[in-house]
Amino acid sequence: MEPKPRLLTILDIVTVLMLIIATAMVFFYAPMEAVMGNVQRVFYFHVAAGWVGMLGFLVAAISGVIYLRTSGQKWDRVSLASVEIGMVFALINVITGSIWARPIWNTWWTWDPRLTTATIMLLIYAAYLLLRQGIDDPDRRARFGAVYAIVGFLSVPLTFFSARLFRTIHPVVVGTNQPGATGAFDMTPVMLQTFLFSLLVFTLIFVDLLWHRIRLGKLADQVEQMKLKATT
Amino acid sequence: MLMSMILQEGPAQTTNYMIMGYAVIFGLMLIYVASLYLRQRNLKQDLELMEELKD
Repeated sequence: MEPKPRLLTILDIVTVLMLIIATAMVFFYAPMEAVMGNVQRVFYFHVAAGWVGMLGFLVAAISGVIYLRTSGQKWDRVSLASVEIGMVFALINVITGSIWARPIWNTWWTWDPRLTTATIMLLIYAAYLLLRQGIDDPDRRARFGAVYAIVGFLSVPLTFFSARLFRTIHPVVVGTNQPGATGAFDMTPVMLQTFLFSLLVFTLIFVDLLWHRIRLGKLADQVEQMKLKATT
Repeated sequence: MLMSMILQEGPAQTTNYMIMGYAVIFGLMLIYVASLYLRQRNLKQDLELMEELKD
């Protein structure tokens, strides 16, 4: 296995430091929201996690297109890594949303358009990971993964725009809230700074994890090839 | 629920939910990082074993 690049070690350290700063900003710099109280602080990392989820699925779709054009195995590794990381953060987004909803909407869950489309998106990518495991041939698996990542990406804009196009109680950060949106609030400049910084930090976390996961994929391919050689 | 929050004096007491939310965020991130570490360790062991067998 290739030794860990120095730049990756630096990125690890910077990412951890930035996450500590973002957490400190959420708890000590951003003010408490006047109506919802402390649970509103979940918003900063909830939205940032949702952003990373969608970013992961976008990178997977782009890598899928590049794989289909070039047949380079490294693009399949990027696609798989992006989906896996996207899944983790999309799951964080859904669970933290549910926790926020309990005191604000008086329920853990409701089949609102935003929550429904987010769940469908999660299930689509969970199926991607499960179905890949059922294909032994690496080329077929990569081709299947690429097509699936491209088609599956349709669920991402649907989820993003669901809170803007359909009648929903889910508030939005960018754009106009639906009349029935519950839990919306006006951001003060300090809240906005904390929010934007959280988005930046989570993007950095994504890049860092993606790099690690791609290296892991490369190692897995190496082991798989050696096993194939040993059996033939 | 939100209406009763608006009508009450001062912000709602929702600190427990905030703690729960951040426990989930850091918990899941930590589990994922640990899974990356463990998978890498296992693959390295596999690779070493395969190289030993090859020799």
